[in-house]
Amino acid sequence: MYSKDGENYFIVDAHVALWDARPENQRNIHGKQFIDCFYDYHRNLSPESEVWSYEDYLYQGGERLMKDLFTDGYVDHAIFQPAYLSEFYKTGFGQSEEAFALTQANPDKLTYNHNFDPRNGEQGLEQLHADAEKYGLKGVKLYTAEWHGESRGWKLDDPWAIRYFEACRELGITNIHVHKGPTIRPLDRDAFDVADVDHVASDFTDLNFVVEHCGLPRLEDFCWIATQEPNVHAGLAVAMPFIHTRPRYFAQIMGELMYWLGEDRIQFSSDYAIWTPRWLVERFVDFQIPEDLNEYAPLTVEAKKKVLGLNAAKMYDIPVPAELRLPDADETATGPRQPEAADLASV
Amino acid sequence: MAAATVEVTHGAGPTEAEAFGALDVVLDPELDEPITDLGFVRSLRVDDGEVTVHLRLPTSFCSPNFAYLMASDSKDVLTSLDGVVRVHVELDDHHDSEIINRGLAADAGYKGTFLHEAEHDLEELRATFRRKAHTAAMERCLTALLRADADLPEADLGTVRLGDLPATAHTEALLRRREAVGLPTTDDAIVMVDHEGRGYTADEVPMALRRARSTRISIDGNAHFCRGLLATRYPGADGDQTARADGAEPSDPTFIPLATLKEHRP
Repeated sequence: MYSKDGENYFIVDAHVALWDARPENQRNIHGKQFIDCFYDYHRNLSPESEVWSYEDYLYQGGERLMKDLFTDGYVDHAIFQPAYLSEFYKTGFGQSEEAFALTQANPDKLTYNHNFDPRNGEQGLEQLHADAEKYGLKGVKLYTAEWHGESRGWKLDDPWAIRYFEACRELGITNIHVHKGPTIRPLDRDAFDVADVDHVASDFTDLNFVVEHCGLPRLEDFCWIATQEPNVHAGLAVAMPFIHTRPRYFAQIMGELMYWLGEDRIQFSSDYAIWTPRWLVERFVDFQIPEDLNEYAPLTVEAKKKVLGLNAAKMYDIPVPAELRLPDADETATGPRQPEAADLASV
Repeated sequence: MAAATVEVTHGAGPTEAEAFGALDVVLDPELDEPITDLGFVRSLRVDDGEVTVHLRLPTSFCSPNFAYLMASDSKDVLTSLDGVVRVHVELDDHHDSEIINRGLAADAGYKGTFLHEAEHDLEELRATFRRKAHTAAMERCLTALLRADADLPEADLGTVRLGDLPATAHTEALLRRREAVGLPTTDDAIVMVDHEGRGYTADEVPMALRRARSTRISIDGNAHFCRGLLATRYPGADGDQTARADGAEPSDPTFIPLATLKEHRP
């Protein structure tokens, strides 16, 4: 919990990882390129005081994670969203067993989400059933730019993906975190396009689709589909740290999300270990949209409380002390909230 | 770029400055800016009409389709210059450097480069981003009108014509984007239109403006983030970049507060 100016904020970090990018786990040059890309994100967007050494960045381990999130970072509950990346790392990028063991040791603090790849066909479906049971899954993290043999990407509305979502529905895996990446098949189209999220969100109204990075670098496409689909949510991974380097851009991202989605469908995350939650939480509570950007309403304390934790807590049934809960806001001006009214806003 | 600021000619062909200048027409489609402004040209050398260019991008994982477009457009532009006998374009430090560089060397084209991963071509991708660039340019002009005149009703923006816009860099940019998507650029043309020239009723204007705004924010945000990442990845690269005023922050040298814009309106 974070407290400031007499207000208490329940914090859920909805996107964290326990990764191993050390050279001994890198399968090839792409393993190094991938972590270097993350490290450049980290160096570019962090305040100087928060920049880690490259060595620290390659691997943190459970003890450091617990300290960074819960001892230092004000986080009440965090959700693992592991990326597999088996083509780049020998034991994968996100360390499933280590993260799951940590979750079992701290069930009130951690939730473990796993991943699946629809290109694994029937075998992968069986694996998903086994994983759901083993990990007690409420959610999955999907990376559509995952490399897989000859294929370097997939779409959420691919026929096999639909079968996996049907399985999710059966298994009670209701929270689908979607992360778009740079590759897709065919390469003719924009890999960051979120039109496939629109299709599956319309077909699976009982599943929640949390689009990580709030669709960045395609904020505009994301906002438009989210307006039409009440079960589409915005994850703030990677968007958060702009609060430091590019506060006006961050204000506009928040302003757009508040306008198109409203305060009940936005989830905070540090994207640990790309960044750490402490400074992000502190900055966000202090943050306000600059006055001259008067096309946006100011961010209220209530909205900040929801974004920082209450929204994700609700999605994951994480218990929140009664005095910290808040009621839902009214519908946004731009779109429906009720599934039956979805798609009316489409042109 | 340091290498290009010196007028050097090694034998026949264009000077290095001329060859570098020719690359001004190669755009990053996603950011709607020349690769020369973005600092993506790492080095350029001309020897007896043989041009060798190295390109660099903000991350190893920038979209390979955009990376290919910029590299192949660079090769096309340089090949067309008088006195150029051969062009080598190499993309450095990208996850697909090997694939793209091999394809460029063999003039294999998009399909020949990406093989089973390519279906038709990248023309629709280009078109999508030309439209986004137009949308953003349009929003900048219309929002500037709103900021300059607090009494101007938003719904009236649907009837503004090109001739009503002040002579600013944003208006010029809009005219270029309109030309690129095939829209009229005459004074009587309506400003607020989609890429097919369809306008909006007064009722539709506010929502269409909001959508356009999110497009502009997205492009501006990406453009600044990519600049920053390039400079983090290649120390000193910021010296090769042209500052971008759109989407600037108070910490950027090009930042102009909106309040100032309003006060200084002629």
